[in-house]
Amino acid sequence: MKELKITGGRIIDPANQRDEVADLFIRDGRIVEEVSADAEVIDAKGLVVAPGLIDLHVHLREPGQSHKETIGSGTAAAAAGGFTSVVCMPNTSPVADNPATVRWIHERAEQVAKVNVFCTGAITKGLAGEELAPIGSLKNAGVVAITDDGHCVQSHEVMRRALEYARMFDLPLLDHCQDYSLVADGVMHEGEWSVRLGLPGWPRIGEEIIVMRNIMLSELCDVPIHCQHMSSGGSVRLLREARARGVKISGEVCPHHIALTDECLKTYDSNFKMNPPLRTERDIELLLEGIADGTIDILGSDHAPHAAYEKEVEIDHAPFGILGLETEFGAFCDILVHKRKVVDLPRLIALLTMNPAKLLKLDRGTLSTGAVADVTLIDPDLVWTYDVGETFSLSRNTPFHGWEFRGRAVRTIVAGETVWKL
Amino acid sequence: MTTKPTWTRKDLVGLDSLSAEEITLLLDTAKAFKGVGERNLKKVPALRGKTLVNFFVEPSTRTRTSFELAALRLSADVINVSATVSSLKKGETLKDTAKNFEALLADIIVIRHSSPGAAQFLAERLDASVINGGDGAHEHPTQGLLDVFTMRERFGGIEGLKVAIVGDILFSRVARSNVHALVKLGAEVTLVGPTTLVPKSLESLGVRVTHRLDDVLETTDVINLLRIQHERQRKEYFPSLGEYTALFGLTKARAARLRPDALIMHPGPINRGVEIDSDVADGSRSVILEQVTNGVAVRMAVLYFCAGGAGVQA
Repeated sequence: MKELKITGGRIIDPANQRDEVADLFIRDGRIVEEVSADAEVIDAKGLVVAPGLIDLHVHLREPGQSHKETIGSGTAAAAAGGFTSVVCMPNTSPVADNPATVRWIHERAEQVAKVNVFCTGAITKGLAGEELAPIGSLKNAGVVAITDDGHCVQSHEVMRRALEYARMFDLPLLDHCQDYSLVADGVMHEGEWSVRLGLPGWPRIGEEIIVMRNIMLSELCDVPIHCQHMSSGGSVRLLREARARGVKISGEVCPHHIALTDECLKTYDSNFKMNPPLRTERDIELLLEGIADGTIDILGSDHAPHAAYEKEVEIDHAPFGILGLETEFGAFCDILVHKRKVVDLPRLIALLTMNPAKLLKLDRGTLSTGAVADVTLIDPDLVWTYDVGETFSLSRNTPFHGWEFRGRAVRTIVAGETVWKL
Repeated sequence: MTTKPTWTRKDLVGLDSLSAEEITLLLDTAKAFKGVGERNLKKVPALRGKTLVNFFVEPSTRTRTSFELAALRLSADVINVSATVSSLKKGETLKDTAKNFEALLADIIVIRHSSPGAAQFLAERLDASVINGGDGAHEHPTQGLLDVFTMRERFGGIEGLKVAIVGDILFSRVARSNVHALVKLGAEVTLVGPTTLVPKSLESLGVRVTHRLDDVLETTDVINLLRIQHERQRKEYFPSLGEYTALFGLTKARAARLRPDALIMHPGPINRGVEIDSDVADGSRSVILEQVTNGVAVRMAVLYFCAGGAGVQA
């Protein structure tokens, strides 16, 4: 029997609408009402005690791309960012479009992962957007959602059938919203800077038209669709209207889309190249409005490691994506809570715990008695500087090296075990 | 008292980042170098002992030849490397290939590449001088300079000059470099072409946009026609070359409406009968071949400054 007592912290547990200074008790990896006098004590005075943070959008790159990241290194980065659970995307090699690959990831995670790894499965075979993946078998293998992330099913017919089929298994669908014909070879936001830099534009409409498609299909098939990494202000408006009608549509926002704009690409630095692209200050305002009024109720990182030699090439040849897990909480807390005052801390925690858990029906994201004791201790006022030289990731592709953030996770506890502390 | 402008840059990546003074310095120096080309002995020793690599990852004859001649007239040694023989074809990265040139102790690398930002990419990573010979749709600074040089030679100055640039602006590095230099030097620039190739967002560069060529003919001092590259383009931007010519081609009838002293320019290679009527291209107001001559002088000035040449009076 292992007992733990986290004392004197401000417990914020949005699922129970709890926000008070109190002690938290853990026994054998679960939250309990009380512990014996022999329990190990963690002093959390001055800290926030939150349910373990959940990032529902992470690329762990295994199997097949272990030069970019492994389940071990990616989950170590997650732990260092305060995340106790990550949801990994299926665009591995081979693609997680079959139960064997999903099982391999689970087994590997069992051996090496620092935090909980939840798997998603592909919507279509090989992420090719043509034939359905064996969604029922994927569900049996334990996936929590289906997604072709990195790709987008272009055929509305295939998408419709995928949704209808997924409804049998009560699986939500996560969609990377990108219309291929409108985006074509787009590298960055289509606007003043793409014109100046001579780079092919990736217009807002390339995202919005798929968000609209998803709203209509979600309504038709009565299956939840979650729009990943929303970048365009127009997508927020579409989501707001649809949600007001009761459509089961949701969206997520990533730190880079509210911290950076397309102007960052003016030196052609591929660490500012991601998909969808950085947009404008106006888009940031609209994304923040969406977060403020609840239109957007989930946050994620789209942690996308790439090796330096892959990124350090001509900008139009460089792969899309940046690291995210270690800077995610700092960036969100700094921007959303402190600088722009879009949400308060309990709300921020809800967006990173209860809400993603609810969408994916994860048995996580709360400090209720009996729950798995995934806990993140947070110092919301700690000012710190990110040094990518100290990252746990195998890759270094971040635009945030040297950035100062206010707010940081200082201890990460998974099922009662401390997996990382500052 | 004004201080004499100086050049401190290792590279020439684009005209967007240059000041009006730096551009003027290059143009003034090019004027002096143009005299070298007109002499019997077309050579000065300014870059003797320096090595220039013409690294062309995208095909070009005119620009490569012009850089080569410019370097030879400055007494530099030149080697030409094209993508078809380079290791890029074998999967070597751009960075590694360029590092190899540097290891061979090249002093200047002229790069032509299909990727915007390729010149900047090398400039940041090499000690050698990097000269942009055209990077995707980004910039073609020496073309911009030679165009402005040609206008300045004819009109004496750029301030207040009315310049129309016609054609595929969206995909044109020539247009961008022209715009940056002309705007900095005080010209009034109008971009002309179909809405798909000349979007309103271009006005953020400090220019006017119009979709009616007929509106600018009578007033413009310079009309610079860009090559229309329908063969390389996605076909959805305009329906056909015939329709393009009807709407935006400098036909004889349109040329007749130009002012008598207007300059007709084209960066080449020209499509006779498409963006420009064949006779108009050869007519008295056309300076298309002068542009080619001036290109060498301008490139001599650029090489001279970037490679830190000494001993020649600008």
